Amino acid sequence: MIRYIFKRFLMMILTIWIIATLTFVLMNAIPGSPFNEERTSNEAVQENLERHFNLDEPPIVQYFAYLKSIVTFDFGPSIKKPNDTVNDLLARGFPISAELGIISIVVALFSGIALGVIAALRHNGFIDYLAMTIAVLGISIPNFVLATLLIQQLAVNTGIFPVATWQSPMHMILPTLALATGPMAIIARLTRSSMLEVLTQDYIKMARAKGLSPTKVVIKHALKNALMPVVTILGTLLAGILTGTFVIEKIFAIPGMGRYFVESINQRDYPVIMGTTVFYSAFLVFALFLVDIAYGILDPRIKLHKEERG
Amino acid sequence: MEPSTDKLNEQTVERKKEIPTDWFRPLQQNNEGENTVVRPSLSYWKDAWIRLRSNYIAMAGLIFLILLGFMAIFGPYLTPYSVSDQVLADQNQPPSSTYWFGTDNLGRDVFTRTWYGARISLFVGIMAALIDFAIGVLYGGISGYKGGRTDNVMMRVVEVLYGLPYLLVVILLLVVLGPSLSTIILALTITGWVGMARIVRGQVLQIKNFEFVQASKSFGAKTSRIIRKNLLPNTMGPIIVQMTLTVPTAIFAEAFLSFLGLGIQSPFASWGVMANDALTTILSGHWWRLFFPAFFISATMFAFNVLGDGLQDALDPKLRR
Amino acid sequence: MIPINKILEIRNLHVTFSTYGGEVKAVRGVDLDLHEGETLAIVGESGCGKSVTANSIMRLIPTPAGKISNGTIRFKGMDLAKATDKQMRNIRGVDISMIFQDPMTALNPTLTIGTQLTEGVRQHQNLSKKEAEQRAVEMMNLVGIPNPHERLKQYPHQFSGGMRQRIVIAIALIGEPDLLIADEPTTALDVTIQAQILELFETIQKETNVAIILITHDLGVVAKVADRINVMYAGKIIEAGTREEIFYQPKHPYTKGLLQSIPRLDQKGEKLLPIDGTPPDLFSPPVGCPFTARCPHAMVVCEKVYPLRHQPTDSHYADCWLYDERAHTTNLNPKKEEMT
Repeated sequence: MIRYIFKRFLMMILTIWIIATLTFVLMNAIPGSPFNEERTSNEAVQENLERHFNLDEPPIVQYFAYLKSIVTFDFGPSIKKPNDTVNDLLARGFPISAELGIISIVVALFSGIALGVIAALRHNGFIDYLAMTIAVLGISIPNFVLATLLIQQLAVNTGIFPVATWQSPMHMILPTLALATGPMAIIARLTRSSMLEVLTQDYIKMARAKGLSPTKVVIKHALKNALMPVVTILGTLLAGILTGTFVIEKIFAIPGMGRYFVESINQRDYPVIMGTTVFYSAFLVFALFLVDIAYGILDPRIKLHKEERG
Repeated sequence: MEPSTDKLNEQTVERKKEIPTDWFRPLQQNNEGENTVVRPSLSYWKDAWIRLRSNYIAMAGLIFLILLGFMAIFGPYLTPYSVSDQVLADQNQPPSSTYWFGTDNLGRDVFTRTWYGARISLFVGIMAALIDFAIGVLYGGISGYKGGRTDNVMMRVVEVLYGLPYLLVVILLLVVLGPSLSTIILALTITGWVGMARIVRGQVLQIKNFEFVQASKSFGAKTSRIIRKNLLPNTMGPIIVQMTLTVPTAIFAEAFLSFLGLGIQSPFASWGVMANDALTTILSGHWWRLFFPAFFISATMFAFNVLGDGLQDALDPKLRR
Repeated sequence: MIPINKILEIRNLHVTFSTYGGEVKAVRGVDLDLHEGETLAIVGESGCGKSVTANSIMRLIPTPAGKISNGTIRFKGMDLAKATDKQMRNIRGVDISMIFQDPMTALNPTLTIGTQLTEGVRQHQNLSKKEAEQRAVEMMNLVGIPNPHERLKQYPHQFSGGMRQRIVIAIALIGEPDLLIADEPTTALDVTIQAQILELFETIQKETNVAIILITHDLGVVAKVADRINVMYAGKIIEAGTREEIFYQPKHPYTKGLLQSIPRLDQKGEKLLPIDGTPPDLFSPPVGCPFTARCPHAMVVCEKVYPLRHQPTDSHYADCWLYDERAHTTNLNPKKEEMT
């Protein structure tokens, strides 16, 4: 198990390094980035940039200084917001984005699993068809379309919910709904198909042959096995939620990291783009790493497998 | 007259006597013919098509996509307006006989722009699927065929690429390359082929196993028959399904990027751009500007998803009875 | 005369499955009796309905596709064919237990052996965790698993195939059932392990006096442990008798064919003869004897009318027209046999 974790950990470091390097190389290639000759209008900003990115040194030195800044978690100044560093933006925006993201993924997980299990238990019944139609719709309607529809119908037209921003629980409902529906649909479909597969297994029949009640068979014997595939896609889902926050925060005017990121893209604020991309990537890769370990703990077979190999 | 067999099958000793003695002569077996299963065995593709055809939702998706393709080609020519024509006197006109889907804030015809957006979406989706397919087949094919160390190294690369956050990489690339149709497709495929490569590699490994079976001559079927009956169905099925499901992912990505301002640029239209432009209409009530792009993007993704699901069911050999 | 110790009596059991292609008549009028402490084997090719029969007793046929369309299953004075789900739950694992074919898939990979062994008795008999584990240890000793205390905490993947099947048997026996249904219990195992498991069945039967229904396609397995044998074909029992009767005086051509297709140590130099052809399509089963198309002795009547029962002894019967006095006796010695 320790070997397995160690291997995954190295993989994680490697991936983060690749992303960081890729970002550096790409940023060096475009005009308007701090690495190019082009100067910014603001003297103070330019000075900050030069200091942070060691612009008077050769590229290789810049590269190592850049790697060091990533390791020390210091992403440098913003071009368009002279008073802020990337770290300031992260500190301000990330907690809000994280709140939105965590609520959404929890909602998506619970509702998706519930929907998938019910559909599987009522296989080919009315509820199954209904749940799966909802799920395909959920996958097909892009989150930004759903978000605008929700605002238009539930906020502007009927006034049940506030239109935008992130203040009270009431403010959180629509953004969460818009962000969670897609992942929920994916989880529901996956849960259903893996549940259907598990339900045909001999050990389920065996559990029924013991005289266990249907609820016990489903919860104790089927659910844990059926949720294994769901655990494996958690990383991908998290990535979806994270990129989803870009548009959701833009539409609902939520002052989170996603909105700063989109702003930085539109304004070509390269240090912010660089810093945020690396930060987001590292975050996601770390999440994937955690998911891998969680999977190893949940499935007793993995442990032995890896030990045998090692 | 001979007694009817139905009556005779009600087992009673009395009935036994009703059976003519003549019936106790040996039966002339007309050998093979009778033993074989009666239901006709259809070719794999025909069978798959029959199963797909009976899946009404998938067929509805297919028909929708055919119509959409038709409109994407001819739709923009059905009106006197071009994508970028601005009739400033007719800003934000609701749908009418002149403007079938209304106009936007610059007086551009939403009908024309919608079908132009369909072109972009379908083009991006299909190109992404084809390029993924080409790279995936090449990479996965070599990896699976060579096997051993080469396979190991190539799969490690895939594993790392798989760990990269897809949309973030795409956004980064677009920031650098500048937004345009070709850069979008490039950015989408640069990491998108990984999934296809994995599937192709798995299929190639399977093919190799088939060759083993063949080499050991453990069954006497002809090679062409094995390829036709076993290999193609088993290998092409998952690949076709993967391609069908790549299309909506790419369409979504294009719309998403356009919505963020990283996609197709004005004056050209894409559904993502139109939806982004229409954000202000949430308050102004010009619903048609949001409705048409939003509806068609959702319907298109829905159609591809249900078609992909349908194909999966129709092509999965495990489900064959 | 009805024996007092009869514990299971199946009469005219019909089971159908509705599929996209139509209705499959998997079991078509099965009669079956089982007495305390005996082993009854149901033998037949795959798809003949033997597993469906076994699953019907447990009421574990997949619903809603499959259903018992007719017949009775009398067990301890109760008709299982009409029992409620709740009644069945109190019978499963307590009065009747079941063992499945593949021990690799019959155990839940994510739960410990201890949990899987004890959950049945804990539910039915309200035992404490400690008492239940004590029982589990006894059972593991009975089925021959060393170090039971440590093994309880382990997961299925840490056991070999043979050991897993022993665990499955232990799970089946822990509720002290009167009837044990074993569906192909040795098919997925190595030959040496098979022998061990079969011996285990004999030991268990001696110690617990449990009645066993053994479902198998392997006549070798049957020869070792069965007291009586039912031969099933295309959803019907076409011949039934004691082990000796079936092995030494088989009446039905299908039974004879089965016997000729297995290797025997006592008859040297004899060729193994496969039975040509495939069983009939159970979407539309034949009106007459289902074996007609493959039978070397087939007569016109076989195709038209289902055979009357030929009953040479009280314990032995076969559904076959060859024993009608009007049948040509030469038919019994077809060319195929003469040639060998």
